[in-house]
Amino acid sequence: MAKYLLLKHYRGAPAAVNDVPMDRWTPEEISAHMRYMNDFAARLEETGEFVDSQALAPEGTFVRYDGEGRPPVTDGPFAETKDLIAGWMVIDVDSHERAVELAGELSAAPGAGGRPIHEWLELRPFLGAAPTITE
Amino acid sequence: MDETLLRSLTPGVLGILVRRGADFAAAEDAVQDALVEAVRVWPGDPPRDPKGWLVTVAWRRFLDAARADTARRRREDLVDGEPEPGPASAVDDTLWLYFLCAHPSLTPSSAVALTLRAVGGLTTRQIARAYLVPETTMAQRISRAKRTVSGVRFDRPGDVATVLRVLYLVFNEGYSGDVDLAAEAIRLTRGLAAAVDHPEASGLLALMLLHHARRAARTAPDGALVPLAEQDRGRWDTALIAEGVEVLQAALARDRPGEFQAQAAIAALHADAPTAAETDWVQIVEWYDELVRLTGSPVVRLNRAVAVGEADGPRAGLAALAELDDSLPRHTAVAAYLHERDGDPETAARLYAEAARKATDLAERNHLTRQAARLNTRPGR
Repeated sequence: MAKYLLLKHYRGAPAAVNDVPMDRWTPEEISAHMRYMNDFAARLEETGEFVDSQALAPEGTFVRYDGEGRPPVTDGPFAETKDLIAGWMVIDVDSHERAVELAGELSAAPGAGGRPIHEWLELRPFLGAAPTITE
Repeated sequence: MDETLLRSLTPGVLGILVRRGADFAAAEDAVQDALVEAVRVWPGDPPRDPKGWLVTVAWRRFLDAARADTARRRREDLVDGEPEPGPASAVDDTLWLYFLCAHPSLTPSSAVALTLRAVGGLTTRQIARAYLVPETTMAQRISRAKRTVSGVRFDRPGDVATVLRVLYLVFNEGYSGDVDLAAEAIRLTRGLAAAVDHPEASGLLALMLLHHARRAARTAPDGALVPLAEQDRGRWDTALIAEGVEVLQAALARDRPGEFQAQAAIAALHADAPTAAETDWVQIVEWYDELVRLTGSPVVRLNRAVAVGEADGPRAGLAALAELDDSLPRHTAVAAYLHERDGDPETAARLYAEAARKATDLAERNHLTRQAARLNTRPGR
């Protein structure tokens, strides 16, 4: 029982095998891609392994505290940011092997030409709860 | 209304339904419905015979569902298969349920969820919250688990060890939600130890009691982990310790050693020391030797190295550690500790920081980071 984050990057991951930007796909290919993602999430719900899935807008703002009584300072978006998160899925699985297997399946989502994107997904374990018995 | 008492009736009620011929999955749903109904109705109108009430309501729910199901099956032209397996007598109810819910065909997380619902009488929502997953996900996990074990037959008694592993997981690996999983694990292990004549069931119960006794002392007010040596022993629960020791002694007297009894013996030796300095590390090392013989587990060898470091000095501990694979979880943390005891704070600080990066839980990471920070900012450095 461990939770993992599957991170999808707009930028920052190694190039996918089928590396065609989405706006060059046919509308049907986009629909097929979305369907695959939804089916994948639905399947994980059925196996009792789904926790959460969200997509993020590509443009964000950096914000920081600027001292008592002053409004926060904002900056960005920075066009040169190397690492840009597109979204995530959180899964709750019995083993690291299972997490890798599922990430591999998600990376097979179809893209241009209906072929798998072979997109690189980043797999990050959550820090879990502290076990009681350690000695 | 005492919800724990209500939930303690769950296995018995479920057993009665199954013995009357209900299949396990449908009976389990019906009992869950009856429990929810009891929580709603009992506070205003408590029944004279709670168990009888639950059986009546659950049986009615089961019949309603079965009728709807039969109508559907008739339409689909399905023939009912062989009769469902079930316990032979009321005496076997509880045990049969424990075995079924911990069946080896289930993954650990499914076995845990099914045990908490069918034996523990917790609701799906409570279990989902305890493990930080959506309720729909937990509902699916439980119904899949029920499908997996439907049709499982026990012509021989099941293996107690599989049940003990599941209960150990419930005790040791849960988040803290509104359900106290540690207390729940203790309640379920008590039930098992009463239903089966097995020293390891008692060993696990003793282990849980002895660790639960330290609960108040284990975390600082800010939530930080307090290591055993620094705990305020005045805050240990002496009643739980006394009970744990008694259960353990009765189990050890049976002379059928096992890993949970050995682990409990180590916990009992810690519980017995008025201060950390008075800990009987020599005896603890002997129990670790026994545990290594019983399990051969590398994690046990790692903990043994810590004990050797206390009994025979940090050099001996480091020598024991050197024989182990350094990719073991917590290997680096143990090395850091032993190097500090050996008077090498530079190496210790570096290793603590490295161990913090490898930690798999937040409390452990924060603890290790604090150790590194303490050494890096020590006076006169």
